[in-house]
Amino acid sequence: MAARKQGGVATRERPAGRFVAAAVAAAGVLLAAVFAAGASATAGTATKSPAAHIDYLSVDQNTVWAPLLNAMTNKYKRIAPGSSFKDSTIPQQDLNQRIQLLASQNALPLLYNTPANDLLFQMAKRGEVVDVAKEFKKLGVSKDLVPAAAAILKQIYSGRVLSLPLEFNIEGVWYNKKIFAQNGITVPKTWDQLVADAAKLQAKGIQPFAASGIQGWPITRLVGNLIFSKLGADALEKIQTGKAKLTDPQYVWAAQQVADLGKKGYFGQGVASLDYGPAEDVFLQGKAAMFYMGSWALADFNDPTKNKLGVASIGFFPFPGVSGGKGPSALVPMNAGQPTSINPKKLTPANELWLKYIAQHYGDEAMRQKGQVTGFVVHKFPAKLSPLTKLVVHQLAVTKNPVLWFEALFSAKATTVSQQDAAPLVTGQMSPQSFMSAVQQAVSG
Amino acid sequence: MDVILRDRRAILVFLAPALLVYTAVLLAPIVWSLVYTFYEGNVLSGFKYVGLKNFHTLIHDHAFWTALRFTLEYGALVTVFQVALGLLLALMFVFYLRRGSALVRTLVFFPVVLPTVAVAQLFAKVFAIAPQYGLVNSGLHAVHLNGWIQDWLGRGNTALLVLVLMDVWRSMGFYAVLLYAGLVDVPEEILESARLDGASGLRLVRHVVLPLLGPVLFSALIFSINGTLKVFDSVVALTNGGPGQATTPLTLYMFNNAFSYGEYGYASAVATALSILCLLITLAVFGFARRDVTR
Repeated sequence: MAARKQGGVATRERPAGRFVAAAVAAAGVLLAAVFAAGASATAGTATKSPAAHIDYLSVDQNTVWAPLLNAMTNKYKRIAPGSSFKDSTIPQQDLNQRIQLLASQNALPLLYNTPANDLLFQMAKRGEVVDVAKEFKKLGVSKDLVPAAAAILKQIYSGRVLSLPLEFNIEGVWYNKKIFAQNGITVPKTWDQLVADAAKLQAKGIQPFAASGIQGWPITRLVGNLIFSKLGADALEKIQTGKAKLTDPQYVWAAQQVADLGKKGYFGQGVASLDYGPAEDVFLQGKAAMFYMGSWALADFNDPTKNKLGVASIGFFPFPGVSGGKGPSALVPMNAGQPTSINPKKLTPANELWLKYIAQHYGDEAMRQKGQVTGFVVHKFPAKLSPLTKLVVHQLAVTKNPVLWFEALFSAKATTVSQQDAAPLVTGQMSPQSFMSAVQQAVSG
Repeated sequence: MDVILRDRRAILVFLAPALLVYTAVLLAPIVWSLVYTFYEGNVLSGFKYVGLKNFHTLIHDHAFWTALRFTLEYGALVTVFQVALGLLLALMFVFYLRRGSALVRTLVFFPVVLPTVAVAQLFAKVFAIAPQYGLVNSGLHAVHLNGWIQDWLGRGNTALLVLVLMDVWRSMGFYAVLLYAGLVDVPEEILESARLDGASGLRLVRHVVLPLLGPVLFSALIFSINGTLKVFDSVVALTNGGPGQATTPLTLYMFNNAFSYGEYGYASAVATALSILCLLITLAVFGFARRDVTR
């Protein structure tokens, strides 16, 4: 250090002093950091799980499962750092084809949307599908699976639970309460009353139904429900076993009823070129009075950016059956939506722990974040539930005889033919007889 | 050079790599596919020998004949319009727009380089009816032609027209440039002497230009027929074969059978039928051309 000068003492010595002070401070911070890291390390090592790496192939029409699983994986990272979640989507109509390709190349992701039954059973034979009930028993989370959801899945998959019920839905008619009130329409109790209500609305220039012709299944749901209503809950099982044919007059009658709705213009002009999202928008923007859909749509109904009507303006009534039919008077189809299957070849122990975490928390997270009901048990209902969610929870609890849907037991080909030909059925380009004949041909051969 | 090209072994050495790749990538799968026609099943469920059952099903399959009819209709319409409009544009470039034609040629060619899916999305929105009217329906509404407002892509016949319009718009520029190149090759002296003899306008085109353009026109037709019979991407991007099966060509029908329904055998039979169709049409076109030249 240079000799002290009168003027420069302060400037000369301050840098040195500052340097020492800074060094001491830095050392202190470093020590503190080491202690903190040490502390957290010792605190963490006790509960850390191995990192899980999840990849998921799903259909792009859904906006709930992937984001929700992603958010839950982010929370899971706290106990399993380094975990990752990757999601890729494809259009619904490409699902069977993509799964088949990936399965034949042994390139299936860990989680994938379940394809049509025939393909799924072929894959199960090759050991590419986890039996969820057995797996959950092994993981000790069987009690987190809602029994009714497991029962529905067993009904679809011939006695086995081959998918995760990320949804548990009822289906029915959602209606615009304001339009009904303004036009003096009461909730219909029979099919004939529903058709009469639609006629009234059409006469006043209001589009009665919103439906997606591109998806096709919102229209074939109506055909299926009419069949169940008229012929009983086993009417479509009889088709699979060959005891009845879709070309039998009673079955064609159901297709005729739906074709008549289309002929009278009750689905609006653009039904054949509406996809799922735009059709829902038609309803949620108040341009149509009724929307037949499953309760998975609650995620969108509870979302104020999509739902312009407001949750209070949407009502629900079960599909009104045909009077004098063999089936119940009010049909409540129940399903697990588009379920998700697990690839056992990628179910490592680390991923199994992640699966256990999901099983324990998915029910609550879906309810809390989206107001959606799933096939996983909700341990703690949020204090404030949307009225629509309460309605669905109640309906799920009281439905004793659920029915499936038109294509539930069909092969991939029959499902595609049925869904593709729905739009021509309602635009009058295909007669009910040809529709049923085309689907029957796909079912039998 | 001559020594090398005359030596058979040398020829073989030069051709072998390309021939090998060609055999592996093109010929082997064709033979493999022909073998598949006698089996049924897929990679997941295994294959089962069924003899000629697939062909028997094919002949009685209503959907196959509908797809065949659509393929022929689409092929005929698009080929005719593509080449005719291309020819008109080429004639316009040469005889009317002598100097400004470079800019117009570029603009007309531009849609050719656009991705098919982007063009399909564009046309889907232009012809939309729900949730809002697209350009066409809005225009019809504006001029009070409400009777013409319809779901253009929702009915089979109008969907075919939109598809044809889209593909012709997209590729007429290519044919215009192709035929322009052929037209430019027509010697100026012949046109001069024909004009001196009194030929002008339509007569000039019909009796002098078109015969001289013959070979280029013929190859343009071959290009067009070849491409339109095998159409796949435009259809999938615009309508995905819909509504129902109304705009499903044989290629898409084969694709659905193989990869959506998992029936590789039947799909191979459809592919064989398509190959035979292409072969027959090619033979017909060549036969017609040969007759023309000897006249």
